[in-house]
Amino acid sequence: MAVTLTVNGKARQVDADPETPLLYVLRDHLELNGAKYGCGIGQCGACTVMVDGTAVMSCVTPLLLLEGRQVTTVEGLGTLDKPGPMQQAFIEEQAAQCGYCIPGMMMRAQALLQADPGASEAAIRAHLEPNLCRCGTHMRIVKAVLRAGELMRQNSQGGGAT
Amino acid sequence: MTDFDVRNPTRRGVLAGGGSLLVSFSLLSRAFAQEGEVQMTEPPAQPKPELPGSLSGDPLLDAWIRIDAKGEISVFTGKAELGQGVKTALLQIAAEELEVDPAGIRLITADTGQTPNEGYTAGSQSMQNSGTAIRHAAAQVREILIGQAAARWQVPAEELRAENGRVIRQDGQALDYGALVSDQILHVEAAPQSKLKQPGTFRVMGQPMRRVDIPAKVTGTPIYVHDLRLPNMVHARVVRPPRPGATLAELDTSVVEGMPGVVSVVRNGSFLAVVAEREFQAVQAMRALEATARWSGGTTLPDPADFIRSLKNLPSQEGVVAEQGQGGASSAQTFQATFTRPYQIHGSIGPSCAVAVLENGTTTVWSHTQGVYPDRDAISEMLGVPAEQVRVIHVEGSGCYGHNGADDAAADAALIAQAVPGRPVRLQWMREQEHAWEPYGPAMLTEVRASLDPSGRIVEWNYDLWSNTHTTRPGPAGSLIAAQSLPTPFRLPPAKLSITPSGNGDRNAVPLYAIPNMRVIWHFLPEMPLRVSALRALGAYANVFSIESTMDELALMAKADPVEFRLRHMEDPRGRAVIEAAAEDFNWSSDPLPEGRGRGFAFARYKNHAAYLAMALEVEVERESGRVRVVRVSAAIDSGEIVNPDGIRNQTEGGILQATSWTLYESVTFDQKGITSLDWSSYPILRFGAVPERVNVRIIDRPGEPFLGTGEAAQGPTPAAIGNAIRNATGKRLYDIPFRAEKVKAAIGV
Repeated sequence: MAVTLTVNGKARQVDADPETPLLYVLRDHLELNGAKYGCGIGQCGACTVMVDGTAVMSCVTPLLLLEGRQVTTVEGLGTLDKPGPMQQAFIEEQAAQCGYCIPGMMMRAQALLQADPGASEAAIRAHLEPNLCRCGTHMRIVKAVLRAGELMRQNSQGGGAT
Repeated sequence: MTDFDVRNPTRRGVLAGGGSLLVSFSLLSRAFAQEGEVQMTEPPAQPKPELPGSLSGDPLLDAWIRIDAKGEISVFTGKAELGQGVKTALLQIAAEELEVDPAGIRLITADTGQTPNEGYTAGSQSMQNSGTAIRHAAAQVREILIGQAAARWQVPAEELRAENGRVIRQDGQALDYGALVSDQILHVEAAPQSKLKQPGTFRVMGQPMRRVDIPAKVTGTPIYVHDLRLPNMVHARVVRPPRPGATLAELDTSVVEGMPGVVSVVRNGSFLAVVAEREFQAVQAMRALEATARWSGGTTLPDPADFIRSLKNLPSQEGVVAEQGQGGASSAQTFQATFTRPYQIHGSIGPSCAVAVLENGTTTVWSHTQGVYPDRDAISEMLGVPAEQVRVIHVEGSGCYGHNGADDAAADAALIAQAVPGRPVRLQWMREQEHAWEPYGPAMLTEVRASLDPSGRIVEWNYDLWSNTHTTRPGPAGSLIAAQSLPTPFRLPPAKLSITPSGNGDRNAVPLYAIPNMRVIWHFLPEMPLRVSALRALGAYANVFSIESTMDELALMAKADPVEFRLRHMEDPRGRAVIEAAAEDFNWSSDPLPEGRGRGFAFARYKNHAAYLAMALEVEVERESGRVRVVRVSAAIDSGEIVNPDGIRNQTEGGILQATSWTLYESVTFDQKGITSLDWSSYPILRFGAVPERVNVRIIDRPGEPFLGTGEAAQGPTPAAIGNAIRNATGKRLYDIPFRAEKVKAAIGV
């Protein structure tokens, strides 16, 4: 079955079993590496992406639900040369050890900050509850999301992009 | 992807590059001894002169540092990036001594085709082994280049200096490194002494440097083995039996043969896997095979009811870890207790993964293994081919905290690749396979009996611990699940008791405190009812938990402050310094805390010869539920001379939080039919709701002192500090990890 969805701003047609989880569509069909396989049952958040601005576990979201939807992965937040505010904040705070869970953390945080760039530390911690980190980078992740909020607010005040 | 070079499988091919300089050292003895794991692979005798770090194994200048005619610098390490930031620290060291910018160095990590054999990246030893070797090699290369320039200019070397990739003379003339390396001038043995830069002159070392791997990790740039996509690659999944040792009795492959994308069902004895064109097709076919496979036999697991107490009744051998003074000293008060730690998982967020391809008789495997050479040996033994026909290349995986499923996944992929020659095979484990099949950190039981004299000093210490080995790593093929599943199965070699300075199950079993009479015994358990191996800190986690819990009870008996009581028994000034620093940063006091709050302290010097770490923390115990939360932590660490302070801080914060998770929540569960903790619901770990408000890490720099390593230093003190803080908050001592809410609630009798 062919499904057309928008991924990081580009229309993509994917021909696959409609049951195929979005995670495998992104990684295997579209060759995007940001979303990671962690558990396959929505318990760890490593696969988190945004669908229409909401944080979604892509490992339990079948392709058939995605016709016409807007999917954003960590690749959609910026690039190595031009990191977006969320990515810049994680680099500034050195908020990674192995880094495997980090794109999922960033996408869940992005959904929060897009709705509320001034989200408090308590709100950030509560919002990140579904996502697991095994290296124990939590303190830095929280700091990085707070910093990302600052960067986003600065950008919007300055009239900049993103 | 083109980042990964499938060809060039031999080391020779790399080393033969003309006009370049190679400085290499290999080292076996230290690498293999790093977990006290002589029971698996005897280290070769190396009666070489003592050279610094990894130079001690092989003094030939062969492959650590390479400078080509354009002045481009490559540095080779046998160690691997595990998420601990070692690449960045090694670049800092090399850049410092070579007098170049770190960005100008290409760093090549663990690869049996290219790099020295540094055994395993384990035991917090990368800085001591590889960092020390690279530092000395870089300094010697710099001095050789200066010497070359001096000869060319006919001036004394003392009048020259190296700067920014060039040798410069007093009148300002300069020669690029590339212009000085046209010969085999570095093809010499390392000298025992190097002209190291003095700490006051550092440009790069000792400064925080942003990790070189993080930008890729936050942008989705391919960096993990999971992201490797080779041309014509297929996807594989393994089908595991319900419990170890079960044999495949019946299989109907017709159920998957018609499924879309299925390329092959690989059955070899009781090893079963499926290969498909697409990843999700492989997952679907794996599920279909799982449903049809019939298994028989297998190991019956022990009865889980009070299993941990029964460790004492298993057959054991006694190893004397320490013995000094005499028993039976006259004492005023005695504390006696039993502590336990359950089986615990590594639990990397990303299940193990590997890519392998069989091409022209050579099997190349990309793996997140900790030891490319030992893994190559194991895989080649399993395949029945010479070691030269297997190349193992390290590529980063999800967080590595010891011997997890990486080596097994590498073996799985290598075996599957034999069935589809020419096609690269990407194999990833499913979550439940990782939870069930990775080797666990062994369950342990300890007994302590310690006595105070009338003046409040510890006069006698008796300590017994019961534990399996903490290392069943490759080398031998018998350590691999795939090899154990073949028609003629390889068997894990029997574990042997061995008492070494670094320790294994007995790591940190000896208190570092001044105690006149001491006896420490490891009751070594050769039988391994569950699969076990190295988990971050090995026995130090349970041993420091036991020792430091006991220290607090003794302090209470002596009516002493826990910090003062530790200082009373601590003669090592560096040990005293971290204890004092952690107490100061925490504002340690005996002032009353609000209801339900408590403070706890703990200290250890990792392995008794590596990093010093002390921590103070505050917990909150919710009386109604028994839920414990660590509120704030102040830690102080001394891991020798600092290379990347932010790297040390990141690792230490991570160690504290991970050990907090182990301590508050984690225990493998099983019944006699198999493992039952198969996901994050049945094996919960730390989530954001329980993350501390603040974690502060002070780093004590020791300029000019040896690197001591950082990665595992916090694992032992953390459970003890938490236990001590709960004791302080509730008056109840907890002896059995994990301190889950229901256990705490029962202990405080609400």
